[in-house]
Amino acid sequence: MNDLDEFSTSAAQSATSRRGFLKCGAWAGAGILWTVAGGIPRSTGLGFGRSAEAATGLNFVQISDSHIGFNKAPNPDAAGTFTEAIGKVRALAVQPAFMIHTGDVSHLSKPGEFDTAAEIIKGANLDVHYVPGEHDVLADDGKTFFERFSRSANGWYSFDQEGVHFVALINVLSFKAGGYGHLGEDQLRWLEADLKPLSASTPIVVFTHIPLWLVYADWGWGTDDAAQAMTYLKRFGSVTVLNGHIHQVIQKIEGNVSFHTANSTAFPQPAPGTAPNPGPMKVEAGRLKSLLGIAEVKLVSVREPLAIVDTPLSA
Amino acid sequence: MCNFRKRLPRLKAGRLAVIWLIAILGMLLGPAQGWGQPSDQAGGENGAPTSIPLPGGVQAIATGQQVDINNFDFSPMSLTIEAGARVTWTNHDDIPHTVVSSDNPPVFKSPPLDTDDAFSVTFAKPGTYTYFCSVHPKMVGTIIVRAK
Repeated sequence: MNDLDEFSTSAAQSATSRRGFLKCGAWAGAGILWTVAGGIPRSTGLGFGRSAEAATGLNFVQISDSHIGFNKAPNPDAAGTFTEAIGKVRALAVQPAFMIHTGDVSHLSKPGEFDTAAEIIKGANLDVHYVPGEHDVLADDGKTFFERFSRSANGWYSFDQEGVHFVALINVLSFKAGGYGHLGEDQLRWLEADLKPLSASTPIVVFTHIPLWLVYADWGWGTDDAAQAMTYLKRFGSVTVLNGHIHQVIQKIEGNVSFHTANSTAFPQPAPGTAPNPGPMKVEAGRLKSLLGIAEVKLVSVREPLAIVDTPLSA
Repeated sequence: MCNFRKRLPRLKAGRLAVIWLIAILGMLLGPAQGWGQPSDQAGGENGAPTSIPLPGGVQAIATGQQVDINNFDFSPMSLTIEAGARVTWTNHDDIPHTVVSSDNPPVFKSPPLDTDDAFSVTFAKPGTYTYFCSVHPKMVGTIIVRAK
């Protein structure tokens, strides 16, 4: 708890600039449109306000919490809604450069669940960068997940695209009783070294499963050593943190850092504290698809912030 | 909204009888079994009760001490048993949970327990065993094992 409190404080103190502006348009559809503009995040509603710059920038899509294998109320067919979400990606007016999956690909870490997910994702015909959720590492410390989807020996990695530095972190291993998401010393050391050579004007996008800020303590929706990670990130002019895990869109801006969580493609979870526990929300069938979705992210070469558009499945 | 408690009444009804049965079985079988460290066993898809042979070839069904997983809680959160007793956790939630001891390395660890799955551990040595759900680490519980 102390670490989490410190994180909020330190992030607030690092608010040297208010350029890290992010807003989100969510409606009945299926995506988040992210636009990194002039190195700064902004959001635009998909389908309105689209400008000519959009065609020249970097677009990518965030999908999350597909939970393949989940088959209970309110969604007996998580594979079906995931397929629908991939269909939304294919139908985007501007095809994204790649996708990120922010974890809980599977529900029970079963090989068949991972294989089904991979098969559905193939339909997008896009390169996909994954991080695991806790549901992906339930068995054998995640070996089944990592041998299919990992891009590095440790599981965490970074890459550059169109001048944006992307960092994939893992915070679902080594949970402790009563605890939160955890990055760990090794990964934090790696993060510090990874960011060191970059200029402060490099736009950074960090993605990991559990939110890197404390969304809700009672349900463990936070990462206990995120504060340390933020000390390495605070010198950058634009940092965008994309998370999953909580199956709903919540955003927060602290200084140059914009935090954003994505919808699940499988089932919604209640807003923090609005239910006795964070189990699946039992919504009626007609409403379900308005609470599931994907996120499209855009980078454009104008002096505007990065844009995120959350698109529910039912448009 | 949720139907988490559908299996509770059945479990409560038999609990007292089960406690006595376990105590008697423990006395009868304890020394012969040579219990050492906690030994764990997943109960399969439906958490079938374990059949324990009695002297004379009589079979008794012993479900052991129960911990129910309801509403993202272990119930009871703290359970006191005698050394040699067996504890069975059953997941009644519509989301998977696990039962993992807090020790490093863990002295017992369940596979993921989907709805209605069960997992059992026999506790041989007296002591206090704390555990948690490795999917939802806010879920914690304790088994206190007393010497016989």
